[in-house]
Amino acid sequence: MTKILKVSKLGKTYTSGSKSLTVLDDINFELEEGETLAIVGPSGSGKTTLLGLCAGLDGPDTGRVELCGWDLNSLSEDQRARLRNKEVGFIFQDFQLLPTLTALENVSVPLELQGFKGAATVATELLAKVGLADRVQHYPSQLSGGEKQRVAIARAFSNQPSILFADEPTGNLDEETGEKVIKLLFDLNKEAGTTLVIVTHDLELAQKNQHILRLKGGKILQEAGTTVW
Amino acid sequence: MVKDDLKKSNTSKRWLFTMAWRDGKASGSRLGLFMGSIILGITAVVAIQSFSQNLQNNIALRSKVLMGADYLIDARQPPNERVMEIIDSLGGAEGMEVNFASMASFPKADASKLVRVQAIEGNYPIYGEFETVPPEAAQQYQGNNGALVDATSMIQYGLSPGDSIKVGRSTFEILGSLKSTPGGSSTSSTLAPPVILPYSAIGETGLLQTGSRQEYRYYFRAGEEMDLEMMYKKVDPILDAEEADLDTHTDISRRLGRGWGNFGKFLNLVAFVALLLGSVGIASSVHIYINEKLRSVAVLKCIGATSRQTFLIYLIQIAGMGMLGGVIGTVGGIMLQELFPLLISDFLPFELEISLVPQAIILGLLLGVTLSVLFAMLPLLNTWFVSSLQVLRVTDENPSRVRKTAVFVFLAILAFIFGFSLWLLGNWQYALAFVLAILVTFLILSGIAMLIMKGLKKYFPSSWGFIARQSLLNLFRPQNQTMVLVLAIGVGTFLISTLYFTKDMLLASTTFKQNSNSPNIILLDVQTEERQDVIAQIEPRGLNVIDNIPIVTMRVSSINDVPVNTMRLDSTTQMNKWVLYHEFRVTFRDSLIESETLVEGNFVGNYSGEGPIPISLAANVASDALIEVGDKIVFNVQGVLMDTEVASIREVNWARMQLNFSVLFPTGVLESAPQFHVITTNAPDEATSAALQKDLVKAFPTVSILDIRQLLGLVEDIISKISWVINFMAFFSILTGIVVLIGAVRTSKYQRMRESVLLRTIGAQASQILKITALEYLYLGILGSGVGILLSLISSQLLALFAFETSFTPSLEPFVLLPGITLLVLLIGLSNSRSILNSPPLEVLRKEVR
Repeated sequence: MTKILKVSKLGKTYTSGSKSLTVLDDINFELEEGETLAIVGPSGSGKTTLLGLCAGLDGPDTGRVELCGWDLNSLSEDQRARLRNKEVGFIFQDFQLLPTLTALENVSVPLELQGFKGAATVATELLAKVGLADRVQHYPSQLSGGEKQRVAIARAFSNQPSILFADEPTGNLDEETGEKVIKLLFDLNKEAGTTLVIVTHDLELAQKNQHILRLKGGKILQEAGTTVW
Repeated sequence: MVKDDLKKSNTSKRWLFTMAWRDGKASGSRLGLFMGSIILGITAVVAIQSFSQNLQNNIALRSKVLMGADYLIDARQPPNERVMEIIDSLGGAEGMEVNFASMASFPKADASKLVRVQAIEGNYPIYGEFETVPPEAAQQYQGNNGALVDATSMIQYGLSPGDSIKVGRSTFEILGSLKSTPGGSSTSSTLAPPVILPYSAIGETGLLQTGSRQEYRYYFRAGEEMDLEMMYKKVDPILDAEEADLDTHTDISRRLGRGWGNFGKFLNLVAFVALLLGSVGIASSVHIYINEKLRSVAVLKCIGATSRQTFLIYLIQIAGMGMLGGVIGTVGGIMLQELFPLLISDFLPFELEISLVPQAIILGLLLGVTLSVLFAMLPLLNTWFVSSLQVLRVTDENPSRVRKTAVFVFLAILAFIFGFSLWLLGNWQYALAFVLAILVTFLILSGIAMLIMKGLKKYFPSSWGFIARQSLLNLFRPQNQTMVLVLAIGVGTFLISTLYFTKDMLLASTTFKQNSNSPNIILLDVQTEERQDVIAQIEPRGLNVIDNIPIVTMRVSSINDVPVNTMRLDSTTQMNKWVLYHEFRVTFRDSLIESETLVEGNFVGNYSGEGPIPISLAANVASDALIEVGDKIVFNVQGVLMDTEVASIREVNWARMQLNFSVLFPTGVLESAPQFHVITTNAPDEATSAALQKDLVKAFPTVSILDIRQLLGLVEDIISKISWVINFMAFFSILTGIVVLIGAVRTSKYQRMRESVLLRTIGAQASQILKITALEYLYLGILGSGVGILLSLISSQLLALFAFETSFTPSLEPFVLLPGITLLVLLIGLSNSRSILNSPPLEVLRKEVR
């Protein structure tokens, strides 16, 4: 099996005025292709920062992240963007759909960025798969929370990513809708064989993953029953 | 995947346009507002550019018709032998004319009027025609010894062909009414309407006397091979030496073009200010617009778009809107220029033909794109610098990178304004002054806005009630509108009120105190022997003779022993040579008058008979002729040479409506020289004035009468026409200000909406929100218009001091602007809140901004 995500000695500190705050300290772990991982921990434990660093949305102060064989430190901002476009999918707690684009256009954009000609066809198929065949021309403001998140899932899978990062995917949804969305996410993930990294508060959701990484105060907690790197 | 794969983008340029279009169409109404900001400015610039070009083209095309010939030779006195030889050597003139101002009376109407007599011989006009009713009158007047009389005067006095006109001692039958003459404008004919007579009959009128102002003109047709420029260079210097002048038709068009040129440049600048104001509107609207888009940009970057791609998407949007604004503005400008001939037709000597000017069209389109992109660049750059991490949390962007780029953008904007004004004005100093003036105005306005925001923050009245506090808070909290609205309202108000004040000053410098001691009737060309009889006509009516000024005409013969002929040929001298050719009208008296101030030397009122005659020169003449106190001037007084010495130099206030003189002799010298007199009086009312004029013309046909009251009416009329045009242009600034205002208010609506809704959600009453909004816009309106008027008071004071040299008392009109504009701002602001107040909070909260 190939290592798709390799995090070593990762550290991140934020400075505000004269005060500095260490958000992540000496984080190490690895993930194989097709595996699933949940990152859990209390608010402010550094979960989202870790997700951002793993996806190359931000650079670490110490340590390194290797994503799909690329050392992110060696890539420029734009190269990291292209790597994300080719290899990474995202799902966010607050959906992060482009409000001025229809559902279809939102799902098409990652493929269009690759220069893929049949983006609209693939996007239509994906939207049908997530049960939104009749909502393709709707704008995000015309969709419910669950529908928005389904569009976000379709967008995340549109570029057939090697790895998918999900930041609290059910955080803004009611329980019933949340369950449906998670089922959809895991079904699609299984079908595509994508590596999945989920940041969540929901322990039930965390248990559905092969690995759980517990964070507290920016460090990995070693607990029984938890896979630790 | 190899690293090279990550270097190149697979995305086509088309995708960027597609994204720009997708995003833009959902934000259409808001992008439309940026566009609106510049449309009016572009309309104004294109209209003036296009009109100026059309006017220049028209003048160039019609220059021969405007002159009525290919070229002409003119002189202020009957041409001497040498000039006649030159005229002959040029193949002889086809037509000649002598023209002068004179009183004419119309026996049928029992009225008299100052007219410009044009006594014509031969074929004039060679090009164009006298347009008369009936048309054949233009061909008949010479043979039939008849007159052609200005059509407006004919209507005014109820005259028709067949009636008579008395000019000097002769009476002529009016053969036709004169609708137009080559080169004559409606304004010039209002001042002294033209009357055309045959030259052969002019001697009998007795009007061609020594000392009266007359002009001789000889009109020529050029042969096909004749190079007018060459001929001008060869012949004009010779004619200059003989006190005559050569003008070609191209000179006429250049002179006319220059006359409009300066006014056109001024209007262009006013239009350009409107455009800049619109650009500030773009900057502010795009700033708010892009701020709201940053999250989408971060999402795009997160899913793989590069900084360049996201930047280009929004650049394309803005440039597209700019181009559309340019197209609409240009079309508007082309339509608007059709209105201009109506506004200034009175000043034009011909009917204007308007056509499409490619240069102006290209300019409009370029301006739309360039200004939009330039002024939107700063906010647009945020899309470049925003981090993809924004999708997860709000992060600090890199302010130092933004600041460095901001300096470049700011310099680029300044360079553009300088370049454009340089192109408009054609003089780098003026362009620099304009840029500085703009910069200073904008700096003062933005400085005041900033000061107020900081002051409010520091000394915030925490004890005030909820509504008052909230409305004040709105002035300085993040993403407030204070800066942009104070700028927009301030510049607009500043322009309009400065224009008003300037108009006041222009009018003030031409009016004079109306009392019985200031003359309002001036009698010119009164011969010495007629003087007592003229006075005898005035005084029995109970009117005072205010001035009885003798005038002697003379020319300079030599200065400091150098003959004028030698000086005329001296190409190295810095002297303004008009002094060497001019026929001076000189008076003598023993004291200075109210309009004169001694600035150098001693004024000598009486000549003792010893040594050179001590004269006094006006400061402007002394400076043009490079003459100082103590210099010797020999004057040729109708053949007699007189040695004089400059004893004093006087500053003369030429703007005062009274008779002023460049050269002043002491008493005891010119008393017996051939002279004529100017007599002035004050007629208390129109009826007395009309009766006096009628009787004087009857008794003294060669005396010309200037009715100052009528003249002032004309001057006011001309100024009000010009100020109409200026106001019309300033209106564009205000209108742009309003559009910018609507734009700023509408764009910020989306920000304010959430806040207002939150306030409503937690229990605020509609009336409370309404009051908060009303107070905020009230502050902004008062602040913007107040500062604008204050600035215009300062600038007008400076103008009064340095440009018009007059005292400045502001008129009331501009102060009406303050409540007017404030009210407008208030209405626009409130109309914006209506939708928030009328909808339930949840509905608004659900309507996420698209």
